[in-house]
Amino acid sequence: MTSSPHAPRSVAYVRTEDAPILPPPANTTGLYGWARRNFLDSMTDFSDVGSSVRSILMILLTVFLLWFGVSQIWGLIRFVLVDGVWSNPTGARREACLTEAQGGLLPNGSPVGACWPYVAANAKLFIYGRYPAAELWRPNLVFLLLGLGLVWTLWSRMPYRKLGAALMLVVFPMVAFVLLTGAGLSAPKTFWYVWPLATAVLLGLGWMGRRGIGGEAVAAFSGAFWGIGLFLAYILVFALAATTDWGLTQVTTRDWGGLLVTLVVALTGITASLPLGILLALGRRSTLPAVKILSVAFIEFWRGVPLITVLFMSSVMLPLFLPPGTSFNDLLRALIGVTLFASAYMAEVVRGGLQAIPKGQTEGAQSLGLSFWETTRLIVLPQALTLVIPGIVNTFIGLFKDTTLVSIIGMFDLLGQVSSTFADSSWATPVTRPTGYLVVAAIFFVFCFLMSRYSMSMEKKLRRGHAR
Amino acid sequence: MTASAETPSSGPTRAASRPAGSLLYDPKVRSIFFQVALLVAVIAFFAWIVQNTTANLRARNISSGFDFLGNTPGFQTVTTLGTYLMDVSGRAITYLDVLKVGLINTLLVAVLGVVTATVVGFVIGVFRLSSNSVLYGFSTIYVELLRNTPLLLQIFFWYFAALRAPWVPDARGRVSFFWDSFHFNITGLYGPYPLPQPGFDATLWAVALGVALTVVMRWWARRRQDATGKQFPIFWGAVGLIVGLPLLVFLLTGSPLRWEAANFVEDGPVLRRGFQKGSGMLLIPELIALWLALSLYTAAFIAEIVRAGILAVNKGQTEAAHALGISQGKNLRLVVIPQALRVIIPPLTSQYLNITKNSSLAVAIAYPDFFSQVQISLNQTGRAIELIVIAMLVYLTFSLITSAFMNYVNSRMKLVER
Repeated sequence: MTSSPHAPRSVAYVRTEDAPILPPPANTTGLYGWARRNFLDSMTDFSDVGSSVRSILMILLTVFLLWFGVSQIWGLIRFVLVDGVWSNPTGARREACLTEAQGGLLPNGSPVGACWPYVAANAKLFIYGRYPAAELWRPNLVFLLLGLGLVWTLWSRMPYRKLGAALMLVVFPMVAFVLLTGAGLSAPKTFWYVWPLATAVLLGLGWMGRRGIGGEAVAAFSGAFWGIGLFLAYILVFALAATTDWGLTQVTTRDWGGLLVTLVVALTGITASLPLGILLALGRRSTLPAVKILSVAFIEFWRGVPLITVLFMSSVMLPLFLPPGTSFNDLLRALIGVTLFASAYMAEVVRGGLQAIPKGQTEGAQSLGLSFWETTRLIVLPQALTLVIPGIVNTFIGLFKDTTLVSIIGMFDLLGQVSSTFADSSWATPVTRPTGYLVVAAIFFVFCFLMSRYSMSMEKKLRRGHAR
Repeated sequence: MTASAETPSSGPTRAASRPAGSLLYDPKVRSIFFQVALLVAVIAFFAWIVQNTTANLRARNISSGFDFLGNTPGFQTVTTLGTYLMDVSGRAITYLDVLKVGLINTLLVAVLGVVTATVVGFVIGVFRLSSNSVLYGFSTIYVELLRNTPLLLQIFFWYFAALRAPWVPDARGRVSFFWDSFHFNITGLYGPYPLPQPGFDATLWAVALGVALTVVMRWWARRRQDATGKQFPIFWGAVGLIVGLPLLVFLLTGSPLRWEAANFVEDGPVLRRGFQKGSGMLLIPELIALWLALSLYTAAFIAEIVRAGILAVNKGQTEAAHALGISQGKNLRLVVIPQALRVIIPPLTSQYLNITKNSSLAVAIAYPDFFSQVQISLNQTGRAIELIVIAMLVYLTFSLITSAFMNYVNSRMKLVER
């Protein structure tokens, strides 16, 4: 045995040239390899009794699921495409989707699938409800702005995304409100005296505090003055926009319906619940006992009750809570209920993000002399909110699906509007209901599926950012 | 955690170096000030609401109070488990009874839903991890389809479209299965109704005895394993004691249980044909639709939870178990599942809660669950505040009980760290 680290080249057991590259084993490539990897591995082991039983069960299960899945999907395709009624040359109504034996136009004996003339005739109703036909450009414009705004803020390659997000959160709600309702509302006179005054006083105090005018007492609370002042100012601008006459015809919310209401409820719920949820999440993590207890109680209460009780509460009890004589819009009631409900869920999502931020971040910020609110606003929240974007999207998906519940309190969201057409005798056929449900399911599926894919891609991106 | 985490600390030296006005910067003073201000605001808000409400109620001449619970309602509830368990013969039915019936029906559909959703969810979740493409594809389509459509739509689908599909026979017809013991038509699913005969008590006692003996056996088997390392087949022992023993007693006492089949009339006046009221056991279509929708919808979420839980178990654990020569089945039972359950249980809890809360959607198809009963009572009495407060408190109680129970389970299963 030599102690040299390099063995001499002449030794017989040392290779001098590379081994030839062999093809992969035949049973791992090609069709057979694919089948083996995807099916056969789990069902071809017959080496002993236990494995044989397992293999046979697996074969039976696979065959059953294949048959079941394919027959269901084929049934759906047949219902939608093959047997679906596509042509309606005479402009008939229910007769277009009934066989001659049922008093319709289709030949007897042929299976009747989805009734597309019914969908075509009611498409406007499904999307806008009873929104006046002459004014349909307004919801269309809102949809267009929404789509553009979403692409701007959510697509990571767009420039100035923060500006886009700010516009979507601050300006878009006002524009949408004016366009959809037509504005031209009136506010009580006292509002115009009290509100601008309060706003001006608060903003002035905040400004003085920052400039160091007015002494310690003002400076100590300048942040609070500034924050509340800005909030009041936003309401003031909103009120100005809502009371100005823009020359648009007013459309009451009773005429809204369909997808429009679904989107309004879901989007308002999510945008309004986000700030509320952030405050509640901060409150829940606060060291001040009163703040913490109130936040926990609020969150747990709304999370513990079903949304439908919340909606009933807002539609039946809310009018009783307000001063006598106050009239209250139905849609607004539902919006308040949905927002309170969603904010509790949002608070828990945001709390998850806050907990994921290492304590060193807060401590580092404090050692630099930042106050609690500065730390929260500049250091903690930007990191925490980025982390929980997938969670926020998931909450949004849940809320989007839950908007269907407003149909139970008599509002016409997409599902409610479609269901309302089932009572229309001019379209009463055996296939009307399945067709309507299919349309609703398809619309919800597309929206929710896209959102869940977006949240998954965000998750992937975030994980990559954190893995070093 | 101390207050210094959020407010810059001001030690005595800092406070002393400031002028007298610096009381404003004292964290203690500030925190007390903010909390008092918040509490005052909250109390004032509630006082405002109470004042408005009393004024409104007076203006609209609405009476308030819970006295209506003793009144007799002007509506009847469909026969369900709730009406069956609440025997009110011999006295007038009250609103309180109506609500209790609803509560039982809610619990029924919640329990059914939880059991079914768990079973289906675990199966689909395991399919999602299968290397078999058919199983994987089926479970993926299932999950995506059911998770991305609203529950209310699914309830409507089952109730209005599936259970009233063209092939479903009307009230005068039926389809029978399981050797003619179960029947189905548009009025529901009919099955035989068990009528215990004298002597059936012995079987029930045998079940109780079997459960007690199982507990003892488990304790004994553990002690023996600790002492000698020998394992005892606890599962088969439990099956023998809980199923086998009562079965033996049941057969020995002469099978004292009679099954009363649903009474189906095929001839006679047309309106009298079909299943007769009060015979056999009936699952009304509302219950079936709600049960199917709730459990299949929630199963999609549970499947994803199960998948994530199993994926969360480190592969090294399985490999180590294999290296120790532990068989595939035992590896799953003793190594993977206990660790996966730690990840699975917390989100599973909230899914169980969701089933209970979502069962309130019964109101849309008029299954007499708790919330439907509340809503009908509300329409009849107009006592909106009282009834909605009752409803919210009941659901809140469900939530708190469930999460307390699951917290207990979770703490039992938690990883015991050094």
